[in-house]
This record gives sequence, structure tokens and C-alpha cells, in this order.
Amino acid sequence: MPKNQIAGKRKFYIGLMKTLMAVSAVLTSALALFLVIYVLVKGLPNITWELLSTAPSYLSDRIGILPDILNTVYIILATLVFVIPLGVGAAIYLTEYAKNKRLVAAIEYAAETLSGIPSIIYGLVGMLFFCEFLNMQTSLLAGALTLVIMNLPTIMRTTQESLKTVPQSYREGAFGLGAGKWRVIRTVVLPGCVDGVITGCILTVGRILGESAALLFTAGVAHSLNGLFAGLGKSGATLTVALYFYAKEQGEFSVAFAIAAILILLTLLVNVLVALVGRYFKKRRSL
Amino acid sequence: MKHKKYLVENVIHGVFLILGLITVGCVLLITVYLVMSGIPAIHKIGLFKFLFGETWASTAAEPAFGILPFILTSIYGTAGAILLGVPIGFLTAVYLAKIASPAVKNVVTSAVGLLAGIPSVVYGLVGMIVLVPAIRTCFNLPDGSSLLAAIVVLGVMILPSIIDVSITALEAVPKEYEDASLALGATPVETYFKVSVPAAKSGIAAAVVLGVGRAIGEATAVMMVSGNVPNMPSLFQSVRFLTTAVASEMSYSSGLQQQALFSIALVLFLFIMLINATLNFFLKRNKEE
Repeated sequence: MPKNQIAGKRKFYIGLMKTLMAVSAVLTSALALFLVIYVLVKGLPNITWELLSTAPSYLSDRIGILPDILNTVYIILATLVFVIPLGVGAAIYLTEYAKNKRLVAAIEYAAETLSGIPSIIYGLVGMLFFCEFLNMQTSLLAGALTLVIMNLPTIMRTTQESLKTVPQSYREGAFGLGAGKWRVIRTVVLPGCVDGVITGCILTVGRILGESAALLFTAGVAHSLNGLFAGLGKSGATLTVALYFYAKEQGEFSVAFAIAAILILLTLLVNVLVALVGRYFKKRRSL
Repeated sequence: MKHKKYLVENVIHGVFLILGLITVGCVLLITVYLVMSGIPAIHKIGLFKFLFGETWASTAAEPAFGILPFILTSIYGTAGAILLGVPIGFLTAVYLAKIASPAVKNVVTSAVGLLAGIPSVVYGLVGMIVLVPAIRTCFNLPDGSSLLAAIVVLGVMILPSIIDVSITALEAVPKEYEDASLALGATPVETYFKVSVPAAKSGIAAAVVLGVGRAIGEATAVMMVSGNVPNMPSLFQSVRFLTTAVASEMSYSSGLQQQALFSIALVLFLFIMLINATLNFFLKRNKEE
């Protein structure tokens, strides 16, 4: 039977599905493009040096987002300091030590559960546990610790994936030379998971940049200018939380769009970095 | 000497064991805190009155704490987002996994990655400025902040999860299945929809369930576009979700009102656990297939 004798009904079905797929793919890409361009067009003109370099002041009727930028940096640093050792350690336990299958299943199930819990619930539990029970008050540190729990599964997963690519023969070789387990981990396994840790960190930074609900009740909404260690003990809004407040509570849409534009640029940067890191390590591995 | 080495090894083993158990500890901590702080208000208000009461008036002289409006809004809102997001996401995924040329795939995948990375407040902001006024003028309403606006925003926000997970499932379909179908005379498009998609159905189901989880848990973006009034859900009215109910009153609440907010969080948590269990069921079945 020649190819061009497909029945009309089938032809219609094929055409319809092809059109629907094309429309969906174009729609998805167009949405992403529209969001980015719209926010950049509305936001970039509002970014001024004064906005970036000052704190808000009621006296001179000025809005500055420098404290929010610094708070974001502090919270990212504090979160990474805690989450990297915890996440990498958990991943090493799972791939190198754990023998009990039930325990591994329990830990992995717990990690999956953590990644499915919505951020508002993290915010609530963070408030109850860190701010009230551990008496940290509403502070950047309490916010950072809440984010540690939230991002633990991310670091664990990326580290685990890169550990799986360390060839078993490397470990066996080291054991054969008489190295103990800890020495093998330190000298063979850990260097092999650098790419996973870096990818995990970038993803975590991206997630912290976008986080709002978990921080509202744990890190608070203050806009005061502080140094790193003084700031961690005090309440402070990150860029995302500040955006939410300027848009929702104060109706300052020009500031809100300026912050949104900054966040979009940072998101673009995060996406590009993840791709670059992945490509770099893939290349290095294949050498 | 040897003894000391064993000691060090054992200590280090113990340290890693503790690190490994931290995730389990966190899940227990969250569960215990939510149950402990959520139970008292339910006990005082009465389970039936709390879950099926139709009025929420937490600050009235005679306060009423019925969360049925929030529960129904969350369910309707999520269902709407799924109706909107799943067909678009699913078709995009089939296109990307099976038809698109590498260059096109690269571009669209980056766009999807971008959608996933955009913070939810930015979705909320654009929704507030673009979508809400558009709904107001289109449907001639006094206020565009409505369930419909929330559904559209959520529908877009769940796209990346649905597309990512579906693509993974579709790409894992053995090539032999497709080859067999093609050899029997089916065209490529017919093969993709009648062979590949059914073969990947568990993975695609997992994608949908993941979307449900994302939609029901979203707070900030929804807060900015839904108007935040505790009405029974209706497409063109301002509504309040489970998540936004917690977020909107938390900062100034105390006493029974605050305890009731914890109870709402507990209800939300139970929904999420149910969704997680379903997700795991589908993921496991996908792996087995």
C-alpha cells in the first residue's frame, strides 16, 4: 500500500495532534519569554544607583533596597554553611556506609517528603521551633535554619548523583592499598562529588532567592542596615520578601518591579551557571 | 595502634549515621510540631464544626472557625490549575521528548527551566498588574482578584514540573515498542500517542500528582491575585486558600485564632502527605515497568 493512502480520519487525527503539540510548545515558550521581557521592561528603568545603595528612609521619603540585598546575601551564606555539611554527610552515609535497606528507604522517603512540603508549612514550623522554642526570635538566622531543612534534599540528591559516578574500582583500589574507610572517603570519594555539591549550591541559591512564604514569619520584614553577624541575630527582609511587601502592602509597584527585574536577572544567571557547571564537569569526566 | 584506628573509624561511622538520619529527624519534627499545635483548636472548636463550618470570622465578637471555604477553594483552585496546566504541559512534553529537533528542544527546555526558576512573588506581581485588571475588564467585574486569576497563575506555575517529569517518563519508553508500532504501519504521531504515552502512563500520572502538590502548597503568588476574602469558592469572587488563610492572619493573631491557624496548617499537611503517598505509588510503579 503506498504511503499516501492513509485514511482521512487518521490524517485528521495526526494533523490535530501535531497542531496541538506545536501550539502548546509555543505557548509555553511564549509565556516564559513574555514574563521575562515584561518584568525587565517594567523594572530595569526603575533601578537607580540610589535604590541599590541606600536604606529606606521616611525622613527623606526614599526607598532603598541595600538592606534587602545584604540580608539576601547573609541568609544565603548562613544557609549554605549549615546545609552543605549536613547534605553531603547524609549523601555519603547513604552511598558509602548504609547497608540496611530499610534504613536507606526510610531516609530517602523522608527526603522526598521534605521536598514535597510547601514552604508556608516550613515557615510555620520554623517559627514555632527556631523562633519560639529555641528562642531565636524573628531573625535572619532562624530564617536560614528553616531554609536549611528545606534545601537539605536538594544538596543530598545532587551529591548522591555525583557520588554514583565515582567508579567503584577507585574505591577498591584505595582499599587494596590498605586505606581505611574514612581515608577512602576523604581522598577518593569527596573529591569526586565536587560537581554535585556545586550544582546543589547553585540550585539552593536559586531557591533561596525565590523564597518568600517560609521567610515571612521566621526572618521577618525589617529593612535596617546591619553587618553580617549583627544582621543574623536581627529580623530582616530578603529581596523576595521586600518585593511582596512593596507590592501587596504598600502599593509601591515601581520598586516592586525593580526588585522583580533583579530577581529575574539572578534567576537567568542561576540557570546559565547550572548548565555551565554540568557541561564543564561532563567534559572533564570524559577526558 | 590498630585499636585506635578502629575507634576513629567507628566514631566517623557514627557521625555519618547521625547526618544520614537528619532528614528523618526533620520530618518527625515537622509532623510532631504540626500535630501538637494543630490539635488543641480542633478539640475546642469541634472537628465537624471546624472542617465543615461554612463561615470563617476569626475576629468577630462571636468568632466562627469553619474552614470549609478554604478547603473547597484549595481543591477547586488545584483542579482548575490541573485542567489548564496538564494538557499544555503534557503536549509540550510529548513534543519535546519525541518530535523536536535538538536545537528547538534546547531552546524550549531553557524556557521551561526559566519558568521553574522565576520566583513565585514575580508570578504574583505580574498576575496583579496584568491578569487581575484583564479579568476585571473582560468579565465586567468590580474586582478582578478572583479564583479564576489564581487558577491561571497556578496553571502556569505547575507547567515546568509537569513537563520535566513527563519528558523523563516518555524518554524512558523502550525504543523497541515504538519500532514495533512503526513497523506495523502506524505513523510516528500515532505511535507517540498510542504506544509511547500509554507505556509512560505511570510517569505521566506522577507528573500530574506533582503538579497537584505544587498547586495546593503555593501561598505567595495566590495571595497576591486571589483577593483573600473567606468566601465559598466561586470563579469570579475573591477567595482564600488553605495556604493563604495561614499566611494572612499569622502576623497579628493570638489565642484561639492562632491555634486555629495551626489547625489549618495541619489539614494542609495531611493533604500534602496524601499527595506524596500517591506520588510515590506512581513513581514506584513507573520504575517497575
